[in-house]
Amino acid sequence: METALPMGRWLRERLAHVTGPQLAGPLVPVVALLAAFVIGAMMLLALGANPLEGYQALFEGAFGDVDALADTALKSMPLLLVGVGICIAFRASVINIGGEGQMIAGAIVSTLVALGCGDLPRLILVPLVLIGGLVGGAIWGAIPGALKAYSGVNEILSTIMLNIVAVQLMNFLLRDLIMDPYEKDHGRLPQTQRLSENSDLPLLPGGTRLHIGILVAVGMAGLAYVLLWRTSLGYRIRAVGHSGAASRYAGMPVKRTIVAALTFSGAMCGLAGAILVFGSESHRFVTDGSSVGFTGSAGFNGIVTALFGGLHPLWTIPSSFFFGGLQFGANAMQRAVQVPAALIVGLNGLVVVFVVSSDRMRRAVSESWGQGREIASERSQQRDSDQTQVETREEAGS
Amino acid sequence: MSDFFTMASLVFVVGSGIRLATPFLLAGLGETIGQRSGVLNLGVDGVMLLGAFGAYWTILETRSPVAGILVGIAVGLAMGLVYGVITVTMRAEQGISGIGIFLFGLGISDLLFQKKVGTPIPIRGFGDLHVPVLADIPKVGEMFFQHSVLVYVAFLLVPAVAFLLNRTTFGLNVRAVGENPAAADSLGVSVARVRYTTILLANGLAGLAGAVLAAELGIFQQNLTNGQGFIAIALVYFGAWRPVGVMGGALLFGMVSATVLQWKTLGLVSGAASSLTAMAPAVLTILALVVISRTVGQPSALTRPFDRGH
Repeated sequence: METALPMGRWLRERLAHVTGPQLAGPLVPVVALLAAFVIGAMMLLALGANPLEGYQALFEGAFGDVDALADTALKSMPLLLVGVGICIAFRASVINIGGEGQMIAGAIVSTLVALGCGDLPRLILVPLVLIGGLVGGAIWGAIPGALKAYSGVNEILSTIMLNIVAVQLMNFLLRDLIMDPYEKDHGRLPQTQRLSENSDLPLLPGGTRLHIGILVAVGMAGLAYVLLWRTSLGYRIRAVGHSGAASRYAGMPVKRTIVAALTFSGAMCGLAGAILVFGSESHRFVTDGSSVGFTGSAGFNGIVTALFGGLHPLWTIPSSFFFGGLQFGANAMQRAVQVPAALIVGLNGLVVVFVVSSDRMRRAVSESWGQGREIASERSQQRDSDQTQVETREEAGS
Repeated sequence: MSDFFTMASLVFVVGSGIRLATPFLLAGLGETIGQRSGVLNLGVDGVMLLGAFGAYWTILETRSPVAGILVGIAVGLAMGLVYGVITVTMRAEQGISGIGIFLFGLGISDLLFQKKVGTPIPIRGFGDLHVPVLADIPKVGEMFFQHSVLVYVAFLLVPAVAFLLNRTTFGLNVRAVGENPAAADSLGVSVARVRYTTILLANGLAGLAGAVLAAELGIFQQNLTNGQGFIAIALVYFGAWRPVGVMGGALLFGMVSATVLQWKTLGLVSGAASSLTAMAPAVLTILALVVISRTVGQPSALTRPFDRGH
């Protein structure tokens, strides 16, 4: 691994030389992925499995036929929404580790909506529960946002702590206040009753398990793109992400922008949580006591898909589909070569490490997609006027 | 509630609180050293998981707890080397690469466990060490002097780390690198060497923390740590980057957890309500962070990679 890392950087420089910076940016994640897969192959070999056979089963299981593609799409939905949320937060240089908690918060609020207004017609209730998810996640994102902006609390820590709070809140509610009355008397399974049929997400035509949650997720990626690149708030988010100090000089409301970025980020994660509940087979909100049991670690893996998509909401769509495929196909790999699906979680971690392993690499990624051109020119102006300012910022921002 | 305010309850809460605090304390002390040199390692939980599995598997195969602990530390050191390459040599963003390390540890420890062990088989860790004379004091002995040797090691590390950071040349270099790496560099201190050393210490302690967890519980399972590594990171902030403060935070966390356990055993709270009490440490930590961020400054260069060229 130590040798693979400098190699990635060397490769990027080679690639930039050959293709120019425009293409080198998008290639970085691909090279990172290949490196992770090579290490994965070595692990498979070490565990006595044939890597080719394993990877073949993985990709056939994920993308082999229509049903596999539909399941892969379902698996990628939470990754996409969380990934889009991560794009918004990371663009503001806010590190949101709270995707897990925000998903749970969204699921809780949307479930309360469905329990409270179960009689509403489907045409109203379905949008209503989705909005509930957005609101729940937004609240759980706004709290660390406000703590960071107004009290200087590091958002990494506050989001981690709020993950713990959300898990316990979920466990409490599902074992007590909103527990299925039948389970309360008999089974003691921590879950809600079957939620109103009017809140079931409509299935898409085609006879697969695909529901409209997929379309909602893709639509949100489009909206996030518009937010980040076509609105003044999005411009502020990106400017604050590049330099809080410069944005403040330019008269931008930096604190409010940070809160807004984390609120939007949380809302996306909360929506993912709501879709997980109302798009589930059981149409219940179920807990096994841990956050992974409900989210499938999407709150963390969404970071992988967002980074892999170059922190661009639209590129996060194919990226999430791909990683959703890896997650779903891992089960087929497990059956074929008897290597546990947990390998894919480990490989996801390696992809993250490889993608962020060079700040120069990262800079190339963001600049090659044209974002920050205006900010780059602003930066060069600033460099002329105030050399020391730039130095501190670059040290801080790198 | 009156059932709770008895001597037996107090003995239980203090005794098991100290035991529960040990992994937090070890990982938190390591993270303190790392952060004082300006390195945030969010991957603690993943390193703990790998260390825990390494120790568990070694003890299962060799029946030697000492070998298990050593393997746990070695796994941590190896992960430290990797993390050093990523954050010091490659100058990667520390917060995000830490999450990568966490996912790696989470996945690979589970993978190896399923592949190499499969069903959880209990192991025997260290027995309790009764400190001569002191352990025989009624109540007090039960609370403080009848623990596994690892517990004593962890608490003895508190003054050791404090001494290392505050009274040695190396500690001075660590603090200099954490506050102003450029100045330290200009005085001839190698920022890279200092940070590699602190990262190795931090990850070695994280591996040890995982090993202690596995040896004390006598078991391994998927996601054994259940986020304890993340809490250890928060405790560093809670303790304002001082070893004694981190110990205070770890003890508070351990005691609160033990109290919740005791309430549950006595039937004072229902299973559902115990979830609510389990939130208390996290909420307390957030409140502490609000206070601390107003009064104590973090190391100025925390999370900032050092690039000599600038």
